Amino acid sequence: MSDAVRTLSSPPEATFPPPAAREEASPPAPEAAPARLRARLRRPGEDPPAVRWTLTALALLFLAAFVLVPAAAVVSEALKDGVALWWRSFVDPDALAAIRLTLLVAAIAVPLNALFGLAAAWSITRFRYRGKSALVSLIDLPFGVSPVISGMVTILLFGAHGWLGPWLADHGVKVVFAVPGIVLATVFVTFPFVARELIPFMEAQGTEEEEAALVLGASGWQILRKVTLPNVKWSLLYGVILCNARAMGEFGAVSVVSGHIRGVTNTIPLHVEILYDEYRFRAAFAVASLLFVLAVVTLVAKKSLEWKQRPARREAALRSSP
Amino acid sequence: MSIEIRGLWKSFGSNTVLRDVSLDVPDGELVALLGPSGCGKTTLLRILAGLETVDAGEVRSGGEDISARSARDRNVGLVFQHYALFRHMTVAENVAFALRVRKRPREEVAARVDELLHLVQLDAYRDRHPQQLSGGQRQRVALARALATSPRILLLDEPFGALDARVRQELRRWLRRLHDELHVTSLFVTHDQEEAFEVADRVVLMNAGRIEQVGTPAQVFEDPASPFVMRFLGAVNVFQGHVDGDRAYVQDLEFAAPGSSGRSRAHVFVRPHELDVHKHSVPGSFAAQVDRLVPLGAAVRVELTAPGHGSAVEVELDLRKSEALALAPGDRVHLSPRRVRVFPAADDGDSLTASSL
Repeated sequence: MSDAVRTLSSPPEATFPPPAAREEASPPAPEAAPARLRARLRRPGEDPPAVRWTLTALALLFLAAFVLVPAAAVVSEALKDGVALWWRSFVDPDALAAIRLTLLVAAIAVPLNALFGLAAAWSITRFRYRGKSALVSLIDLPFGVSPVISGMVTILLFGAHGWLGPWLADHGVKVVFAVPGIVLATVFVTFPFVARELIPFMEAQGTEEEEAALVLGASGWQILRKVTLPNVKWSLLYGVILCNARAMGEFGAVSVVSGHIRGVTNTIPLHVEILYDEYRFRAAFAVASLLFVLAVVTLVAKKSLEWKQRPARREAALRSSP
Repeated sequence: MSIEIRGLWKSFGSNTVLRDVSLDVPDGELVALLGPSGCGKTTLLRILAGLETVDAGEVRSGGEDISARSARDRNVGLVFQHYALFRHMTVAENVAFALRVRKRPREEVAARVDELLHLVQLDAYRDRHPQQLSGGQRQRVALARALATSPRILLLDEPFGALDARVRQELRRWLRRLHDELHVTSLFVTHDQEEAFEVADRVVLMNAGRIEQVGTPAQVFEDPASPFVMRFLGAVNVFQGHVDGDRAYVQDLEFAAPGSSGRSRAHVFVRPHELDVHKHSVPGSFAAQVDRLVPLGAAVRVELTAPGHGSAVEVELDLRKSEALALAPGDRVHLSPRRVRVFPAADDGDSLTASSL
């Protein structure tokens, strides 16, 4: 090809309508119709107002009874005797140890699962191979089994009488009733979150951009760094946030493997249970309110990410529709 | 750079999409791969780009076997139907991508991006994101991006497929002029006959994983090699008949059928514009009744029924002739073919996926 690059005369499509203009040209919104007409213009298949209101009220009532009231109870119980006492529940050395351990477990489990989720989503959406659907089902396994079973599996494998336990004990490694066991159980319980979030998103986006990058001479690593990761970053973060919330809040699996050694193998949820069992209700609620704050932060982050993702998702949906 | 394809086979599972495909594209030519959807043309293009492996056969470029070379090292330009622009990068960053991943010096990249944006007339849009561009502009960015490393081969997969009719028309001419300036060997996939004829030096007609015919637009239109090509390129009337030696017969009509021999059933194809309409019977004509007149601007399509000759017949007349005849629905007329093409009926099997009738 000659490198002598020149401008060609007559620019194509000077007045091509931008996509936005075409969207505006869609049929007029129902708001434009007079109120009288609008009532009759109810979309076919739409339920009458009575049904709509009843269902909405039911949903709100349910939400209030099972979510809002308990949440309010946690916060009000925690703060009943004033902020000073609330604060004192945290500076207690056992509480501090529990918070430290929870942060440590999350700091190990979440990056591991982000990496695993990305690898799993990549392999599932980018390659054709036998047994792919089996892999997808396996990823969902932790959602299907009780967390207690996840904990039991860890003990079965690494416990004193487990398959690997004696060998590990000979080499001075303690897994069960120690931090490594808690990390393992948490990783197992939380590994679907990132993969589950990424797979549908990457499937909808398709592989064209990556193919384009490959043909343009990018290496696998360059494609991942310059094309794939920037495209999935919000989905990835969304999955990480959900994964983190679960990792910090996990009770069942961790409870089985932790051994409840105060100040050593107690995470925040386990610490709450211990305080409650000892009738130290205020302290229990105070520490529980920490988990509640985590839930609110997660919810806000989740919502704002959903909002950020919207254009990308819409475009992906548009591209996959024709 | 020239492309030679030899004995290519490709299947996805039990679905064979390419069957023994061989093709030569000389250096600097612009070739269209034309065929109905599912005929294997896109797969062929993806094989050339290195995005699909082949089951058997060989792809050579400039005499060198590139079958085993990865897409990354082929240095071909590829333009996708849906642009596949990097949505998180600006126009300039998209165009610069191939040079950046090759770690070229910053000044060189900047100069080349300026040059390419000037070529596709998007100088003013360099800092926009793809979402802020129209379809035609996006496709021009995709083209500039594909040309960044001065590839020796340019591949375009239905490049105008996602665009409005008018934009498509303008981009076609523009692509043709661009090719005349750059002379890069180009292959583009399309299912649109008009597009292939307008843009390409040569047209490759594909059907069900096979190449049916290769030739200039005039060659494939005037001398179709198979009933498929005949039917795929525009409307056509088909009459059931038989051949005997080098003559073909439809009822009482007789035509020359050069190249055929023996006795067999045959299909006789006549294009709508190659039928003459007469008010009275003339030698070599058959009777028909006018059903409907459809004005097509410069021409008129006459739809008729010919009871003795396979019922529905279509004729295209230019406006002057049609006015001279003053046809009206219900008129009885006589039709005489000026030119026919005869194919043995056996060839005309279920491979006919294009129904232009």
